[in-house]
Amino acid sequence: MIANDPNLDRRLDRRAAMRTLLENRGDLLLVTGLGSTTWDAAAVGDDDRNFYLWGAMGAAAMVGLGLAIAQPERRVLVITGDGEILMGLGALATIGVQRPANLAVAVFDNGRYGETGMQASHTAESVELVAIARACGFKETFDIIDEVGLRDFGARVHNAPTTLFARVAIRTDEPPRVLPPRDGVLLKTRFRRAIAIGLD
Amino acid sequence: MGEATPAEAPDWRDEIFAALKAAEIRQVGYVPDAGHARLIELCRDDPEIRAVPLTTEEEGVALAAGAWLGGHRAVLLMQSSGVGNCINMLSLTTTCRLPLVMLVAMRGEWAEFNPWQVPMGSRTQAALELCDVLVYRVERPDEAAETVAAAIDIAHNGGLATAVLLAQRLIGVKRWVK
Repeated sequence: MIANDPNLDRRLDRRAAMRTLLENRGDLLLVTGLGSTTWDAAAVGDDDRNFYLWGAMGAAAMVGLGLAIAQPERRVLVITGDGEILMGLGALATIGVQRPANLAVAVFDNGRYGETGMQASHTAESVELVAIARACGFKETFDIIDEVGLRDFGARVHNAPTTLFARVAIRTDEPPRVLPPRDGVLLKTRFRRAIAIGLD
Repeated sequence: MGEATPAEAPDWRDEIFAALKAAEIRQVGYVPDAGHARLIELCRDDPEIRAVPLTTEEEGVALAAGAWLGGHRAVLLMQSSGVGNCINMLSLTTTCRLPLVMLVAMRGEWAEFNPWQVPMGSRTQAALELCDVLVYRVERPDEAAETVAAAIDIAHNGGLATAVLLAQRLIGVKRWVK
């Protein structure tokens, strides 16, 4: 629980964590959630294989599931925030039942709603995301509080035989926004072209 | 597969399933409904279709978006009450001009027993149209499959959100008394 955590300042930097997870990404496909994880991914570097959600809060994990089922030969990483995953918590139950081997869901957890004034989220109080993921059927979960754990998870994203869930404890700071394209049709079309599906 | 009953007209539910197969639907997200029970069973039994049970219908809108990003065609099965759960999530579909096909088993209309079904059932079509979803309505068994096929075509050719409302009169009134 973040509210009582004496190690608050030692939590990971969100931009550095995003950079670590996208190092040597290979053909990794990335889905980010509204909103700070979308800015984090853009800050690391825009890429046609990033699908950024600018809205539809609660969608990120399920977009990742549909994509992972459709593209079983590629790895799919969803990176979203605690507020975004809390809005669609049932998705963890749905994904826990399906468990495609090529999907990983990572939640950057600062226990705050960063876009609306840093109000406390449920994870700042009683809610433990890793325990929820385990209870939903995820077989391999990570509660990441340092760089070593982050790198372990980052490597596992590329070779795990089951769906992964990671909670990444990040600081509550608010780095400058870096905005990727927000045209949904562009994001869709360039993503599909990048993975050679062809145009609509 | 279930055993066919000889000397009967083909069931419209089986004909809808054939339309899904002909259109190469690969993912079917669903929240169970009695009106979709047969179709859910057929989809779950098909090795080429990934049937994904959902905890709430809006998950299916996001699932279908991810499916299309990855090159799969998807269809969602839900009851009319579930349409209300999808409203904000439809912003993903329309903003990105993603194809979407929702097959909606209607409640709260023809001889409905449960008044709690009426508020959403009576507003389902208007709510969908307010969200720029193209709505088709099926009243007769012989028009079910062709309507579903038409919705799948226009959704994927035009990047449009569509819904096929299967009327309660078509499905049959739910029996509450043994």
